[in-house]
Amino acid sequence: MSLKRIDLLICCGSGCISAGSLKVKERFLELLTEKGITSEVNIIETGCMGPCDYGPVIVVYPEGIFYKSVKPEDVEEIVTEHFLKGRPVKRLMLKEEEKLVASQKEIPFYQKQVKVALANCGFINPESMEEYIATGGYEALGTVLTTMNPQQVIDVIKASGLRGRGGGGFPTHIKWQLVHDLESEEKYIICNGDEGDPGAFMDRSVLEGDPHRIIEGMMIGAYAIGATKGFFYIRAEYPLAIKRIRNALKQAKEAGLMGDNIFGSNFSFDAEVRTGAGAFVCGEETALIQSIQGERGNPTPKPPYPAVKGLWDKPTVVNNVETFANVPTILMKGADWFASMGTETSKGTKVFALTGDVNNTGLVEVPMGITLRELIFDVGGGMANGHEFKAVQLGGPSGGCLTREHLDVPVDYETLKERGAMMGSGGVIVMNDQKCMVNVAKFFIGFCMDESCGKCSPCRLGLKHMYNILDRITKGEGKEGDLEELQNLGETISKISLCGLGQTAPNPVLSTIRYFREEYESHIRDHSCQTKVCTDLFHFMIDKDRCIGCSLCARKCPVSCISGSREDKYTISQTECIKCGNCQDVCPVKAIDRIPGMHPDVQKQLLEKQNTITEEE
Amino acid sequence: MYKEICEKYAPEKDNLIYILHDIQDNHPQHYIPEEAVQVVSEYLNIPTNHIYGVLTFYTMYSTKPRGKNIIRLCESPPCYIKGSTNVLRKLKTILGINTGETTKDGMFTLELCSCLGVCGNAPIMMINEDVYGDLTEEKVEEIIDKVRRGNQ
Repeated sequence: MSLKRIDLLICCGSGCISAGSLKVKERFLELLTEKGITSEVNIIETGCMGPCDYGPVIVVYPEGIFYKSVKPEDVEEIVTEHFLKGRPVKRLMLKEEEKLVASQKEIPFYQKQVKVALANCGFINPESMEEYIATGGYEALGTVLTTMNPQQVIDVIKASGLRGRGGGGFPTHIKWQLVHDLESEEKYIICNGDEGDPGAFMDRSVLEGDPHRIIEGMMIGAYAIGATKGFFYIRAEYPLAIKRIRNALKQAKEAGLMGDNIFGSNFSFDAEVRTGAGAFVCGEETALIQSIQGERGNPTPKPPYPAVKGLWDKPTVVNNVETFANVPTILMKGADWFASMGTETSKGTKVFALTGDVNNTGLVEVPMGITLRELIFDVGGGMANGHEFKAVQLGGPSGGCLTREHLDVPVDYETLKERGAMMGSGGVIVMNDQKCMVNVAKFFIGFCMDESCGKCSPCRLGLKHMYNILDRITKGEGKEGDLEELQNLGETISKISLCGLGQTAPNPVLSTIRYFREEYESHIRDHSCQTKVCTDLFHFMIDKDRCIGCSLCARKCPVSCISGSREDKYTISQTECIKCGNCQDVCPVKAIDRIPGMHPDVQKQLLEKQNTITEEE
Repeated sequence: MYKEICEKYAPEKDNLIYILHDIQDNHPQHYIPEEAVQVVSEYLNIPTNHIYGVLTFYTMYSTKPRGKNIIRLCESPPCYIKGSTNVLRKLKTILGINTGETTKDGMFTLELCSCLGVCGNAPIMMINEDVYGDLTEEKVEEIIDKVRRGNQ
């Protein structure tokens, strides 16, 4: 990389690529060649910068000007105005309360963030090892291998208080110590990159944006436990992450940073990539090990823990991507520095993926112990489209829902668990007042039911049963006692399932019953969905005062259940309506409303149906 | 052909998942036919029932022929919250197929999948290895059109 006048950082994380950042890059290349200034501008493809909502995003140095939602058509203006004339394009900058925010570091989204695992994401070219080394990369590994013994490394990790970032929050040093203390010819270290939690994408971003950091973290771990072979297990849905890690491994091997006698020490290490094939349960460590061995990804009972009997029955450490990403920095900056962030039991920082109805969706890294309010309203920029905050689902399908009254709860492993949610991998799904919690709970149970491996019956049968009950409730066929049965089932499944999937799957239902009981009750007793989401529990009505009799709705209705005339205005035959919502979409005067609750006609029909069934019996 | 793919890998059981990926990616109809399972079984010296056990466990493998382009629409909550159901409805209408089906011309197969990890730009779908984000009904139409033209 030569020194050039301008550094142009284009975010090429998956989010920005999906929004078209590669096309923007092509256009830049084209225009720079056309204007003959390729020798003045460095184009750098970086990993995820975080604010995915603004994608594609670019940052121009030396000024650090941040441009959002850049389209190929905008490129010409940036090149001629900014690059050639030195006048940044205000139109593409971020506006915050009518004030222009020029540089990246002034953006509120970044202000409360402390980047450790994400330090280089969006800042360096992930395909260049030199750039990683230029930021201090592989220095920690060198120090460890030349000046420390394995026990000293474990002691540093212990003092730092680092806990597994994948979900369980198990202290990393305990796993390492266990395997370190065991005598075995062969030991393995595995990086768990099978990130499947809906709404979590931090592992993907680190794998794609800073692959060498994870390799370095894994090698430090390998040295500490005495492993000579490592595996990166990455899900097949992440082709770019697989490519970047493979490329980084090749570079490290060519440079002698991986292989025999690294840094002249006695430590030799080799690693390879293994991929999944689409199974959520493979993120569970014993299932992951089965999958690497070429089996179905069925979890196995613990104990024996992988630390004792893991991959090919050898002692194995399985750590999450983000856990490894923290390791090099802890060794460079010291355990005290890391432990100075966070709370009593949860140290350091955590990466969260903000999604759902929040303004700034994307990836953020904040110190543990930050409150949900700060996370959602300060970093996340508050609720999108002026809606009210209703609930937040933390920890994906294994986590739970928290409400407005929990907004000032500090985010750490223990506090969240007490409130019925969990840290999980760090997915934060924010929901506004338009969301039906019963429906959301049904959705999560449906997900876990599909992803259950089927090995143990509580999970295989129990989740299906829970789903059926929820499905009935959302269709207006709920019964008294359903809630008690759901709670009963949920608690049983949590207690007796074999692996983490089943043990945590009922959480979304249990936590929504705990905090939104009245919503369930109104579904069951009043057959009414107040948020008008459950299709069977609301109905469409045409307001005759507003209707202009244009007949558009009648013509667009796929089941022809709307009739009327210009004079009489139009009405919906409720028993035939399939609730597709076409009429509401096309009505030019917005005369059609969603009304919570079943229409009396439909209710009558349903009762008659039930009566005939009981009579037949 | 299947034999050649197998021989790229050492005859060890832990390579099963890669061999299956490779066979499926190289098959013009993106699936794993029965003959292939036979060949793999002989090559790795493991029974076919074990291979079917693995094959049917993982959602990315198919034992049925599929189209040239595989559309995988994410059905996870962040995409659902952002309106993936409307996108699905639109996809079904333009392609004239249901989920799990292939268009008559063999051009597209429509599948649902769990989180693709691009939730910041929900709703999301992947067509083969390309990710498309911030989907709307209009955008979907454009994308399908483009892929269709690109394939001709």
